[in-house]
Amino acid sequence: MTIKDTMRLHKTAEVVNMIIMVVFAIFFLTPLYVMVVNSFKPLSEIRGGNMLAFPVDFGVEPWKKAWSEAQIGVQATGLRPYFINSIRMVIPAVFMSTLMGSLSGFVLSKWQFKGDKFLFGLILFGCFIPFQIVLIPTARVLGTLSLAGTTSGLVLVHTVYGLGFTTLFFKNTYDSFPSELVQSAQVDGAHFFKIFRDIILPNSTPIIVVSVIWQTTNIWNDFLFGVSFGDATSQPMTVALNNLVSSSTGVKEYNVHFAGALMAALPTLTIYLVSGRYFVRGLMSGSVKG
Amino acid sequence: MAITNKWHISRDDLTGRFVLLPTVILTFVFVYAFIFFTIYISFTDSRLMPSYGWVGMKNYVKMFQLSHWHTALKNFAIFSVLYISISTLLGLFLAIMIDWSKLGERLFRPIYLYPMAISFIVTGTAWKWFLDPGIGLEQIMHTWGFVNFKFNWIKTSDKAIYTIIIAAIWQVTGYVMTMFLAGLRAVNHATIESAVVDGAGIWKLYTRVIIPQLGPSFTSVFVILGHMAIKSYDLVIALTNGGPGRATEMPSTFMYSYTFTRNQMGIGASSAVFMLLLFAIIIIPYIRSIVKES
Repeated sequence: MTIKDTMRLHKTAEVVNMIIMVVFAIFFLTPLYVMVVNSFKPLSEIRGGNMLAFPVDFGVEPWKKAWSEAQIGVQATGLRPYFINSIRMVIPAVFMSTLMGSLSGFVLSKWQFKGDKFLFGLILFGCFIPFQIVLIPTARVLGTLSLAGTTSGLVLVHTVYGLGFTTLFFKNTYDSFPSELVQSAQVDGAHFFKIFRDIILPNSTPIIVVSVIWQTTNIWNDFLFGVSFGDATSQPMTVALNNLVSSSTGVKEYNVHFAGALMAALPTLTIYLVSGRYFVRGLMSGSVKG
Repeated sequence: MAITNKWHISRDDLTGRFVLLPTVILTFVFVYAFIFFTIYISFTDSRLMPSYGWVGMKNYVKMFQLSHWHTALKNFAIFSVLYISISTLLGLFLAIMIDWSKLGERLFRPIYLYPMAISFIVTGTAWKWFLDPGIGLEQIMHTWGFVNFKFNWIKTSDKAIYTIIIAAIWQVTGYVMTMFLAGLRAVNHATIESAVVDGAGIWKLYTRVIIPQLGPSFTSVFVILGHMAIKSYDLVIALTNGGPGRATEMPSTFMYSYTFTRNQMGIGASSAVFMLLLFAIIIIPYIRSIVKES
């Protein structure tokens, strides 16, 4: 229920409420607006003009340059190869962490054993830790496994440190499934994997969507692991964007930076616009309900 | 029967434990063994690579003598106090506004929350150039006729940390608002009705009846913001890269630069352990309550 069910705002108060909401909407949209308009301007219009103004000489040159020509690190490849690196990293990591999370969540929810809650707490702890505490040993282990600087290494790291969240998502959902569902299937002679495949999975679509969206957003947006464990052949989009923007050599091409930033934002922003409801569910399951 | 049943484990129970094993092993190696390894490294003479000469507390003593670490702690204190308090107040205010609005949840919530879907490197880039005195806000005000307007915090050593706080608040407020909105929707409605019948004004209604019932939301908000403050790294790198000079050094950037670029791995590990301790104080009671609830 909302407060509107009990009380009515005065007409003036309603207008004030609306004005406040619009002012904050402008505040939140300004950085996005700045990126969009300036990514279509020639550099001279940014340097001499007003960042909030519309482009006079509208052009897609900055986008082309950011995508395929801009200098990233030592090579003038544009952001394209790094965009591909990100995709090659995100897809397997999201798939594996979601699959393992659903199985672990199923076990922790429906096949209880002594100490299962404590174990769940230990797994959960892993997804919240400040990752600085694992950077040194992870670098060493990836090196030993010959995975340093590879996409496979990043997939491994993202899978492992995503398990806490995915397990939490699925366990919470499966807790609301009646236990009789599993027990009666057992009586009928169904074994573990048959129950999982025929009864649990067909009812898991919404939480799978939540998990996939959450993991995709988190892994796509990650910077720390990418910069620590990636090299020129495997660095994700965020690291390449940072290299592009913070490069101290040559002219600062703000318009190209903005176009590149938007490219890095577009995949997760699109997911958010299409399925914001599921994104919110993911965000909220990390918090204790009121 | 009861006694034998207690020890009876079905085939499916065994399968379940076996299925859980990869997650358990990966967690124990990549989280707990790694934490112990880093703690161990913090007591050794590791520099470019891990090495195992025991030096006791020497790295910690050295770290607390470094001016970079003092800057990092000071910035962390300023950052977390302002970041947590301002985004909590703003988030609560916006949640109340949205709760009142007709279009609120459908139109405005997505607009307030979208920054959470984007990488800090992207939003850091937007804010970095928007706050740049040469081309951003200062220049905008000049073209509007306010020729004396000055805003060069991002290039000023003792002000740059505040630009990071502005961008961080901008990014997280929608999330805080969403948590409070969920809390507002769970408030016991009978208490609101009886307060209204008793003639309580809006101010009294919120301060005496509604906000006191938001305790669990406040806990969630503080814990989540607290742990985000400890971890914040990307935004600092994108916005100021720790500069000007090392003026916006944070524990996270200190850890990275001492470990991987200054080749003082022992000190880097010490700072990571310090971050973990701060984090544990905040998160352990919270995880216990999530586990208990489920």
